[in-house]
Amino acid sequence: MKLTFRRKRISGTLVVVPANERSFVADMKNFNFPESRSLKLKEVMGFNKRRVVGPGVCVSDLAVFGLEHLFERGWLKRDEIDGLTVVTQTPDYLIPGTSCVIHGRLGLKQNVFCMDISQACTGFVMGLIQTFMLLEQESVKKVVLINSDVLSRKVSPQDRNIYPLVGDACSITVLERDPEDSVVHAAVKVDGSRAGALTIPAGGMRQPHTPETAELEDAGDGNLRAKDHLFMDGAAIFNFVQTEVPPMIEGLLAHVGAAMDSVDYFLCHQPNRFMLEKLADKMKIPHAKMPNSVVEHFGNNSGVTIPTVMAFNLRERLLHEKFRVCLAGFGAGLTWAGMLLNIGKFDFNTIIEYK
Amino acid sequence: MMKTTTEILKEIRPEFDFSASNDFLADGMLDSFDMVTLVAALDKNYGISIRGTDILPENFQNLQTIETLLRNSGAKI
Repeated sequence: MKLTFRRKRISGTLVVVPANERSFVADMKNFNFPESRSLKLKEVMGFNKRRVVGPGVCVSDLAVFGLEHLFERGWLKRDEIDGLTVVTQTPDYLIPGTSCVIHGRLGLKQNVFCMDISQACTGFVMGLIQTFMLLEQESVKKVVLINSDVLSRKVSPQDRNIYPLVGDACSITVLERDPEDSVVHAAVKVDGSRAGALTIPAGGMRQPHTPETAELEDAGDGNLRAKDHLFMDGAAIFNFVQTEVPPMIEGLLAHVGAAMDSVDYFLCHQPNRFMLEKLADKMKIPHAKMPNSVVEHFGNNSGVTIPTVMAFNLRERLLHEKFRVCLAGFGAGLTWAGMLLNIGKFDFNTIIEYK
Repeated sequence: MMKTTTEILKEIRPEFDFSASNDFLADGMLDSFDMVTLVAALDKNYGISIRGTDILPENFQNLQTIETLLRNSGAKI
């Protein structure tokens, strides 16, 4: 599905990461694998440091912390928020939505359109699309897009498939109308038949949490995890990304008539360095145009990886310059989505620590 | 100095004799993460980039399938 938006822009991005840092080397002893094999994996995948929340920290804690930071510095005013879009798969509660929790904790005005979207690694692009749709309304001038997950609370420390790569974070992206006649193009794809490749089996209505679903089970590959934990079929997800993402990006650019080399940066979701290098090679994109260092410094923080690339790899430059970028997210659902747009001259673009 | 595929496999899983198996995955000698480590080592050794869509279990079944994959990826062996 192809979508087009006019006169919409990102005016700033703030990323909140927990101050608590874990290292892959320290975690290796939890895994049922020889350390030499884990160290080889570290080198190839780029696993190193990651940021994770402490016990009990929720999405709304990170979001409220970040928004208060923006209010204090005058980068955003409390009463100018007309919409609050929260994208998460680790909500504070089943009911109510996390957007309403954040709205209440911040004491925002009643005339705010709050919505929650259940998306993970595709969530930044999906959130931008939904938020741009909201901005089509005359009464909506400024919308805050919050992407956040605290997935470290839902992974088994004895699952080498996923534990070393998961990080927690929250991004706050402010979106508004663009006085320039800018155009944003997007593409969205879904294949729900492969939903089981990335899932938390228990804890919802289909299989409620019980003492049994919390018990660690031998996955048969040297890893131990419970049904309450996040499961990822790594090989299937890798193949999905390599097969589906390049034609989606190439199709989006072809649809718009944009050449590959007209794009300054390809800002992709950051599962690991190896996967991104293979993606870049397949599309003949120089590695420098597709940054891949987020997982090394912060872990794979779900829908926050693309804002983290913006704030970590292009921090100062996005305050003063403008770039033509292609965003690409892919993950649970399975979903994958891309967006071609101009970004830059942000009011703010930084990373802060939640303590 | 270019290494052989057997030497690279031995570096990843020194405990196994890869010449004695015709199915590395079924015999428990390689898992999916070992495949990733192997691809990175083969890329570096032969100066190629094995396509992500070719990183499939059937291409890493034994020495012959790995050799075919290398040739199809442009390696001069």
